[in-house]
Amino acid sequence: MTDMRYLAPQTLDEAVGAYAAAAGAARILAGGTDLLVQMRSGMVKPGLIVDIKKIAEMTAVEQTADGGFRVGAAVSGAALAEHPTFGQVWPGVLEGFNLIGSTQVQGRASMGGNLCNGSPAADSVPALVAAGAVVTVQGPDGRRELKVEDVPAGPGKTNLKPGEILVSFTLPPRPKGSGDAYLRMIPRTEMDIAVVGVGVSLTLENGVCTAARVGLGAVAPTVLLVEDAAKALIGSKLDDAALDAAAAACSAACRPIDDKRGTIAYRTKVAGVLLKRTAAIAAERAKGN
Amino acid sequence: MNDQTNKWIGKRTIRPDGVDKVTGRACYAADNSMPGMIWAKVLRSPHPHAKIRGIDTSKAEALPGVKAVATAKDFVEFPIDTAVPLGIQDMRWMARNMLAHERALFHGHPVAAVAATTAEIAAEACKLIEVDYEVLPWAVEIDDAIAPDATPLFDHIQFEGKPSNIAGKLEHKKGDIEAGFAEADVIIERSFTTRPVHQGYIEPHACTVSVAADGKTTVWSSSQGQFMVRAMTAYLTGIPQSDIRAIPAEIGGGFGGKTIVYLEPVAAILSRKSGRPVKMVMTREEVMRATGPTSGAKMTVKIGAKKDGTIVAGQGTFYLQAGAFPGSPIRGAAGCSFTPYAIPNVLSTGYDVVCNRSKVAAYRAPGAPIGAYGVECVLDEVAQAIGMDPLEMRLKNIAHDGTKAVHGPVFQSIGFAQTIEAALKSDHYKTKLTGKFQGRGVANGWWFNAGGESSAQVNITEDGNVVVTTGHPDIGGSRASIANITAELLGIDYDRVSVLIGDTATIGFSNLTGGSRVLFASAMVVTESTEKVIEQLKQRAAKIWGIDASAVVWENGEARPSGEHTGNFPTMTLAELGAKANETGGPIGAGSQQNTTGAEGGFATHICDVEVDVDLGTVTILRYTCVQDVGKAIHPAYVEGQMQGGVAQGIGWALNEEYIYDKQGRVDNPSFLDYRMPVCSDLPMLDTIMVEVPNPKHPQGVRGVGEAPLVPGPAAVCNAVSNALGIRFHDLPLSPPRIVAAIDANMKQAAE
Ligand SMILES: Cc1cc2nc3c(=O)[nH]c(=O)nc-3n(C[C@H](O)[C@H](O)[C@H](O)COP(=O)(O)OP(=O)(O)OC[C@H]3O[C@@H](n4cnc5c(N)ncnc54)[C@H](O)[C@@H]3O)c2cc1C
Repeated sequence: MTDMRYLAPQTLDEAVGAYAAAAGAARILAGGTDLLVQMRSGMVKPGLIVDIKKIAEMTAVEQTADGGFRVGAAVSGAALAEHPTFGQVWPGVLEGFNLIGSTQVQGRASMGGNLCNGSPAADSVPALVAAGAVVTVQGPDGRRELKVEDVPAGPGKTNLKPGEILVSFTLPPRPKGSGDAYLRMIPRTEMDIAVVGVGVSLTLENGVCTAARVGLGAVAPTVLLVEDAAKALIGSKLDDAALDAAAAACSAACRPIDDKRGTIAYRTKVAGVLLKRTAAIAAERAKGN
Repeated sequence: MNDQTNKWIGKRTIRPDGVDKVTGRACYAADNSMPGMIWAKVLRSPHPHAKIRGIDTSKAEALPGVKAVATAKDFVEFPIDTAVPLGIQDMRWMARNMLAHERALFHGHPVAAVAATTAEIAAEACKLIEVDYEVLPWAVEIDDAIAPDATPLFDHIQFEGKPSNIAGKLEHKKGDIEAGFAEADVIIERSFTTRPVHQGYIEPHACTVSVAADGKTTVWSSSQGQFMVRAMTAYLTGIPQSDIRAIPAEIGGGFGGKTIVYLEPVAAILSRKSGRPVKMVMTREEVMRATGPTSGAKMTVKIGAKKDGTIVAGQGTFYLQAGAFPGSPIRGAAGCSFTPYAIPNVLSTGYDVVCNRSKVAAYRAPGAPIGAYGVECVLDEVAQAIGMDPLEMRLKNIAHDGTKAVHGPVFQSIGFAQTIEAALKSDHYKTKLTGKFQGRGVANGWWFNAGGESSAQVNITEDGNVVVTTGHPDIGGSRASIANITAELLGIDYDRVSVLIGDTATIGFSNLTGGSRVLFASAMVVTESTEKVIEQLKQRAAKIWGIDASAVVWENGEARPSGEHTGNFPTMTLAELGAKANETGGPIGAGSQQNTTGAEGGFATHICDVEVDVDLGTVTILRYTCVQDVGKAIHPAYVEGQMQGGVAQGIGWALNEEYIYDKQGRVDNPSFLDYRMPVCSDLPMLDTIMVEVPNPKHPQGVRGVGEAPLVPGPAAVCNAVSNALGIRFHDLPLSPPRIVAAIDANMKQAAE
């Protein structure tokens, strides 16, 4: 019975102004596929909703001068899938994002919402972490940049400061021989929450892995960057020993909970299994690039 | 009826309710609203078990916008120690399930309800109700509920002379099991558990109830029986049944779970108090927390066989969770599990265990899939132990016409042998599996099927078309089947028959849509009504022609003179006779009301192929065939739909569905996200083989098909997974963590 206001500003400054002024009582609305569900269940009752989809920068996808990409925080999964080149360069990021929900959800869901919702199981985040993506945020004090892995602070929490809005994701240019991939374990084949999610990005030169990053989801309070797994892969030919070591590093990095979605033992084991499978797909893609 | 000459029976006609459903026009329970309507919400217990010392509703009543508050005190009183049977329910339990009386017995148990001008105000007012609880120790699992130190849910329930949570026992006995097991060459005994699973209907419970100033009450709701809604509302409010008109909405799934009510009597109380129509709509969370799943169970099954595969003895002990009130489906578990087989010595015992979780409701062949799970898994091991094909071994032991079932009746006309033979001959069974970690499982199942009360009215319109009214909510395509039968009997086009579901004021008493009884029973009364109508039509033609009615035949939708009058008059169509109805004696139409008998049980044989991802523990269903004796398939597409739906639910039960409770005794997964029913992409095309052995005691040979297809599912899937891995599984669901844990334990054991 409390009143709720809805704003759909055209500019980021307006959005930041209104959002900051509401001091905590406001919520940003991108696709709303998390927010509206939370409102309906009574989890959140915002006094102000700031819809960011009318802001051009938030819904744009551009290739940067150096060959990287900048993806607006509110770009939907369906829109990114239709981009002519993004999916060729970052197939793993795109497949993680496109795994979210169903066709209907894809028309709305954004990577910004997926990240800011703060779920450890967010499907687009491990691949973004593996990609080395950086986010631009804007707040009352101006703009700053953060690594994707530094955004979540715990389940449902982020390190954004009061009044800050996530504007875009910047993905770096790709060296030749690079590939990425994302796999998740869910008990069903769709419409489920990741029990474990693994993103791998790597670069191969003459069959040797020269660069790698591994993002691991749903096994700790936040999505993890697993540097030990990357180290095990770098310098190897992705032979069994290297993959075993990387898998062991993923299992070791897990700090999961026993819950309705999976046991500690299961999640820990599956983190390693998925690392191997994801790395194999990323390597296959790297060979083709 | 001869198949070759059938024009409509056995045809895949377009379902009458189809267009409305696919275009969104169909009116479900929550779609109804009325002028002046207000909204009601339910306050639910935050404790799994607590005495209710008092309820103070004064603050809620004082909140602006609140129009009425209801507690158990507003219901007609039914003492806790006196049974008040209504069908398979007991109204003293139904009353206490709808609004807690002496105690709150599960987390989410309704304690009070508020009606207000908006749903938000009603919810807000619920928070202002002060309930004085005395929290009690609780038990949600069977072992905890029957432990010697468990707190009984009811003071008056005793088992073996002591206060207990075992509320009932059922025993079926045949022969001498000691002697039977003594003859056996192989004896396998295993213990199993299954988890409670929800029916998973898409449409949450909803109703609108209007009690007028003169007490005349109208109920709009979706249920599996408008007459059940009327009766339960009458019992709890004291309003006579003749003053209650229960109008069935289109129903968005029930699977047994809507054979009882949760809301209508409460809404009626609130409407009577406020003078306004009251609407109630459950959320999915409320559905998952407080409406019926079927029982979780623990059981031990022991089967003895000779080396040649002859089963000589079977013993089963089944403990089923009833939830908060007595009445788990032990009859289905203990009664159906051994019934497919002609075993000379059987002892099958069921125990009804109350515990602090929501009261169970019927779910497709209640209890039978649970019992079949234990028996069919042990049979698999027996077949393996004696080195026989699992289906051949079953075939050697099956019941035939004349076999006396362990629960009493003698089978008269069953198609079980034909069903298994069709499975053995199927392309599926003959195709060998080749992949690693692939496996095949088979299982059988049986369900009673039912007859009972039905009413129908068949009217001929003035333009010579037909309106058929029956009294059963259509949850599986029964309107289409009734239209097929009526069109066939009258010899007219299917499109000229409209089939409606009457409300309690417009059609005679008709029992629940349940027990796979609807087409069996309603076809009987519709047939009788239609035959009466045909008699009338012949009389009208005879009158016009001035001949004796016995000289008129009805053929291809026309009256024709016969015998000495053959060819003397032009034939008269239904349209012509309809147009002349008033001149020839008045409106043409007839009704029929019967307590139908002659239902015959149904058998199903399932074949399931799976592949297991041994690192992730996920199971992929590669191929699934459901073979079933369906009697006569009046509408084959909907018979197949019933079979496929049953299989899908069985697969869900086997693989991922389960209620998960937290440490405070609360359901932890009350949503379709975490309560994992199969989604479309989880299943391959589910193959069906209909074996048609008509029921000779039914005019069209109908047997009942809705429930049997769920019975073998969990066992067939479990046998397939066991076959794929060489590890026997005894506990459902076969979720990925459980499978990985079993594989790891097995490897560890092998290494030691
Ligand atoms: C049916 C269904 C299925 C789903 N399946 C999946 C799945 O498979 N995998 C998965 O990971 N998720 C899934 N989700 C969750 C959800 O769809 C995703 O998290 C989605 O990416 C959220 O994006 P959105 O744009 O809809 O976010 P919104 O709901 O608009 O926002 C989510 C949160 O982030 C905040 N926010 C949004 N944008 C910004 C911004 N730019 N700056 C600051 N804060 C912001 C909002 O205030 C809100 O708190 C599912 C949801 C539904 C309803």
